[in-house]
Amino acid sequence: MPCGHGVLRYYGSLAWRSVHRSKALTALIVLLMGCGVATCMVTFAVFRAASADPIPWKSGQLFAPQIDNYGPLHNWKGEPPNMLSYTDAVALLHAKQARRQVLIYASKWTVMPEDAQRLPSSQEGDAVSHDFFAMFDAPFRYGGGWSASDDEQRAAVVVISSALNQKLFGGTDSVGREIILDAHAYRIVGVLDDWDPKPRFFDVSSAWFPFSHPRQVYLPFSRAIDLQKAASTNFFCSANAPSPDLPTWDSILRSECVWITAWVELPTQADVVHYREWLRNYAAEQQRLGRFDWPPYVRLSDVRQWLDLPLNGVVPKASALSMIVSFSFLLICLVNVVGLMLARFMRRAPEIGVRRALGASRGAICGQFLTEAAAIGLAGGVLGLLLTAIGMAGIGHVFEPEIARLATLDASLLSLTILVAVATTMIAALYPTWRAAQVQPAWQLKSNG
Amino acid sequence: MKRTMIQIGPIFAALRRHKMATLLIVLQIALTLAVVSNALFVVKTRVVHLSRPSGTDEAHLFAINNQWIGEPDLPHIDAQIRADVVTLRQLPGVRDAFASQAYPLESGGGGLVFIKHRVEQTTTAQLALSYFADEHALSTFGTTLVAGRNFRADEIGSLGPYDKPAPAAIIITRHLADKLFPDGAAVVGQHVYLDDAHASTIIGVVDCLEGSYAGSSTRSIDEDTVLLPARYTSPDESMVYLVRVQPGQMDALLRTAPAALMAQNRMRLISPEDGVVTLAQARAKGYATDRGVAIMMAAVCVLLLLATAGGIVGLSSFWVGQRRRSIGVRRALGATRGDILRYFQTENALIVGIGVALGVALGIAGNLSLMTHYELPRMPLWVLGVGALLLWALGQLAVLGPARRAAAVPPVEATRSV
Repeated sequence: MPCGHGVLRYYGSLAWRSVHRSKALTALIVLLMGCGVATCMVTFAVFRAASADPIPWKSGQLFAPQIDNYGPLHNWKGEPPNMLSYTDAVALLHAKQARRQVLIYASKWTVMPEDAQRLPSSQEGDAVSHDFFAMFDAPFRYGGGWSASDDEQRAAVVVISSALNQKLFGGTDSVGREIILDAHAYRIVGVLDDWDPKPRFFDVSSAWFPFSHPRQVYLPFSRAIDLQKAASTNFFCSANAPSPDLPTWDSILRSECVWITAWVELPTQADVVHYREWLRNYAAEQQRLGRFDWPPYVRLSDVRQWLDLPLNGVVPKASALSMIVSFSFLLICLVNVVGLMLARFMRRAPEIGVRRALGASRGAICGQFLTEAAAIGLAGGVLGLLLTAIGMAGIGHVFEPEIARLATLDASLLSLTILVAVATTMIAALYPTWRAAQVQPAWQLKSNG
Repeated sequence: MKRTMIQIGPIFAALRRHKMATLLIVLQIALTLAVVSNALFVVKTRVVHLSRPSGTDEAHLFAINNQWIGEPDLPHIDAQIRADVVTLRQLPGVRDAFASQAYPLESGGGGLVFIKHRVEQTTTAQLALSYFADEHALSTFGTTLVAGRNFRADEIGSLGPYDKPAPAAIIITRHLADKLFPDGAAVVGQHVYLDDAHASTIIGVVDCLEGSYAGSSTRSIDEDTVLLPARYTSPDESMVYLVRVQPGQMDALLRTAPAALMAQNRMRLISPEDGVVTLAQARAKGYATDRGVAIMMAAVCVLLLLATAGGIVGLSSFWVGQRRRSIGVRRALGATRGDILRYFQTENALIVGIGVALGVALGIAGNLSLMTHYELPRMPLWVLGVGALLLWALGQLAVLGPARRAAAVPPVEATRSV
């Protein structure tokens, strides 16, 4: 063989000839690899969409603090609650121990149209403190966020989504105009660009639906508290005890019920260490004051860790389950392929014997059979790609449509499909190839003689 | 039978020469059994979950989500709710209607209540799901009392956003009654506590009524429901009108009912997209994931069994091809076609048997690890039995073709070279 290319071409032609000879076996292997790889890729695409990092450039600097104010008797399976009480949330905001700190809770607002003929609409929003927009890099189309003094003065200002701006003002610059929310007038200070992180990590604990129900209005946290605006979705007082008497808004603010998410921005590792220490000290202080009769139990999670918390449940369990099943499926297909490859290669023991007798080295035999495996893997990958495409069209029936919509067959998934098919087929071919290389030239010639 | 038993010795001798191939089939059977049995079990639990009855006349029920606007005060809301239910009940084609805060199969919305037997009780309170209801609730749901009585009109109170529900009279489901009073004592007339101050008397027990969370996950309290005699008046939160219609009237009322409410008072919001929901739609939406998972698991099972069958056919054909000469020799020495056929079938049964034994262990291990991560119950052994039987039958079927080809090998093959 003069050069590498020639060798590959020779092995290629040998592979092609052997495919012709054992059509059924080859077809079966290709089919198995195609099915195995396709199921894995479809479920992986959904899993990838559901567990995506919504803010990759910053997810390691944003942290959500948790403080166990329920205590060991009333928390859920030993987990601290995934939201904060008003007392803790406000203490955290005022302590200013991080570069930025934000409080968030989900709320629903009725938007009254200027034109009395048009119907009012209910819009979902978040009550947030002013650092929100800078902390999460929310892009503005017009205007901007509000200031710290707006927060202090409980100003009637609002930032609206581009979708709501389109609906109410036809997409024009509406900064400075007024809208009526729940019978009160608000001045629009900013209109966001199209911004809908998936999953919507920042309010997942207070709002549910991390993949749908995008927020349309954002207004000052302090203002919403003043208006006694209740949390629209999640409000928990204990994991296992009757809820306490909450006869007034004030009693809600003083209660140990949790309904507010806090986020802090900690750019360096030293900041994280410092903040964790502060959080512990805060809980210890609460214990000293007699509010908690248990030792400090706090947690600081970055975005990825936050989304993985069982209490937040962002990745649907069905998705993880289907990943397990489809990977087991691929594994079984591979075991199957090892067996079939073995049959396929050993059937050609006489041919190997002849080639060995004519001077082909063990390495040459290995090269030949691995090339063949790679070619079969490639064919399986192409079939797998086809089946993946078909599968992607049908995943809306299996997974939540809002997540299924996010799963796409892009270039990376495409190359991954081919790569996985070729790599796994070659791994499956290792043992059969080794066996083929063990065939003795003399023995074969003799028994054929 | 004897002719079959006689073959076992030679089978083991032959398999020893094909250790790796045998091991591969055993491994494959074991893995397939482990995955298929667990997947089938998931399918079964999902199907059971999604086919549970809600205990209501679903085909004739729909819900209207109503949101007040303009921040009306509580007495106004209360008066409006009373007027609204009268309006709804008077519409032609309506059988009954009432106001609540949630509806069955909503996958959310309902209230959680903790029920204690005594105020000073230190053991964990019984968790249950609640609906606000009035004297028309039972006939609207279409559920029946099995003991006690319905609410009276004068028992229905008004409950504001800061009020805790602790009514004097409640109606519970039989399922909840069994949990609260497992010793089978008479439930009607018993006192329980929904808060730490007021006793509630259980005045009635209904047959079956699912809470509004059913569908969202495999919660264990889906059938533990409490009816609280109250109209929920909140200027912020949306509330629900449940309407039961006469047969054939659904389509018309889906339009006329919300229109009648708007005509009553325009200071409300009924979303044109999802403001009006039939319980059939709610069921389809609520159980979409369950159905999807069941379909996917079933599809994977079928593919997996096909793959395994394919593998058996492939390897058996290879073996038959390799042993043509030995088969010829056996035939020449007097073995019948039936002997050869039985040889390969016995061989397959043996291999599958070993695989099944291994697979049962793997399947149980898989179930145990799934139990810790997903709210799956323990898998009953019969599921593994069914899986084993299925695989065994599949193995016999798959080997039939190659075995018949083997039986067709003529004795003269003994004289030929490979």
